[in-house]
Amino acid sequence: MDAVFLAFILMLSIFLGFELIAKVPATLHTPLMSAANAISGITIVGAIVAAGANYSGSATFLGFLAVAFAMINVVGGYMVTNRMLAMFKKKDTTTPAAGVTK
Amino acid sequence: MSVQAVNLIYIISAALFIFGLKQLGSPATAVRGNMLSAIAMVIAIVVTLFNEQIGDYKWIILGCLIGGGVGAVAAKKVEMTSMPEMVALFNGSGGIASLLVGWAALYDLSGGPISGFTAFTIFLSVLIGGMTFSGSLLAYGKLSEKIDSAAKVFNAQRLVNGAILATIVLAGIMFCFNPSTTSFAFILIIVLSLVFGVMAVLPIGGADMPVVISLLNSYSGLAACAAGFAIDNNILIVAGSLVGASGIILTNIMCKAMNRSLANVLFSGFGATKTATKVEGEVKPIVGEDAYLILEAASSVTFVPGYGMAVAQAQHVVRELGELLEGNGCEVTYAIHPVAGRMPGHMNVLLAEANVPYDQLIEMDDINPRMESVDVAVVIGANDVVNPAAREDENSPIYGMPIIDVDKAQTVFVLKRSMGSGFSGVDNPLFFGDNTRMLFGDAKESISGIVAEFKN
Repeated sequence: MDAVFLAFILMLSIFLGFELIAKVPATLHTPLMSAANAISGITIVGAIVAAGANYSGSATFLGFLAVAFAMINVVGGYMVTNRMLAMFKKKDTTTPAAGVTK
Repeated sequence: MSVQAVNLIYIISAALFIFGLKQLGSPATAVRGNMLSAIAMVIAIVVTLFNEQIGDYKWIILGCLIGGGVGAVAAKKVEMTSMPEMVALFNGSGGIASLLVGWAALYDLSGGPISGFTAFTIFLSVLIGGMTFSGSLLAYGKLSEKIDSAAKVFNAQRLVNGAILATIVLAGIMFCFNPSTTSFAFILIIVLSLVFGVMAVLPIGGADMPVVISLLNSYSGLAACAAGFAIDNNILIVAGSLVGASGIILTNIMCKAMNRSLANVLFSGFGATKTATKVEGEVKPIVGEDAYLILEAASSVTFVPGYGMAVAQAQHVVRELGELLEGNGCEVTYAIHPVAGRMPGHMNVLLAEANVPYDQLIEMDDINPRMESVDVAVVIGANDVVNPAAREDENSPIYGMPIIDVDKAQTVFVLKRSMGSGFSGVDNPLFFGDNTRMLFGDAKESISGIVAEFKN
């Protein structure tokens, strides 16, 4: 693909990223960061090609390592984000505060 | 599938990533957002498997199984309090993966010899990926306190860093003119990028860690982006730059919250240079029973948590006390400083883990104007973010940093293990304030004591 064309995509994506994330509330900073972290594991796509395309023995090995590392990033990142987000709850007004025995 | 068809499906994947990130911006839709983004990832991975270039699947499957297994176990096992170092580790593995992808791209001679431009992007992905990897590992070490987390500054640091950087640039130029897997310049780039990552994180101390974590997060995206250029893959570029941008925004928010420039955070070795005006005075200790009596009479209480709450694992008892106070007719809020803890939003996650509803968490700018109407501010393991010296003492290393003005509350309880200065070694005049009472001891035990009083 044309390098200029790719650079064009890069420019647009960066602006889009700024627009998307600029107004995220502080409460969500950690989950957002860890989700973004998982997305950076997208490099797995390149790793898969490198591991499967038979460029050479060394390239396959490098690709294999890359797949493993990227997969840690992807699976771990999404699962941990999900775990965190599951904890965020809005105040439940239907049940009174527990443990009041005064 | 042809490259064309694969690229077409990447567009769907990119749209889902964007949509997912957008939904991650609000607590109500965040879970769905994360799910969408995960689906986008699965689509991207699956469609890549159908890429016509791929002939052999065994290494791919093996890598996926190993990596997926390690990631899943780590994500399941990790304690919420150790989340910062876990994020650092995941980040590091993304970085090294981008380095390896760039490296492997050197072996792809299907489109003829490597062009200068491709060599340059390979150079970038190796450099940024390597820095992210070693920097993240060091950050992990510092965060998990496996190594000394203080800022390390030595005399010739800038000189050494400059020399490393110059060598990297030189090696990069040599490599671009003669890209080869066996070139000495390339090996040099790999080694020096790893060294440079270490050097970059070394001068940054524990309290500045939120900045480093978000910056490394940004780097891992940029590394993926560079790898995307190296292998002509647009989904890598789109997703990588989204991550890069988000990391930069978070970094910026963290820097603003400390009123310091990024350069200052990265190079100054916080707390290592300036010494604040010595504050002297007498602290007024208080015991649990008296603290209980004051809290029981209060009609508005604000908890101000810091890293110490994470260390003491006190979030659950804090929530319990908060609920008891509410049952007592008291208005309870939690005031969160943007850089409290060791990563952006650290305190929010811990309190969420303890079932504190997120609408009770108040940001610094919203709580400060009404601090005077707060009867009791309870500071739990926070120090710098409530240090009035940041407002008043021009000699203080944290002068100018916005703080939560707990000293303006009617009464302040400071929970502290003993009378030492906090992480950055800054003296805190808050401790000597007329309206301040020190509750010495382990934060968790102290609060449990008060909770027990309430229940009697």
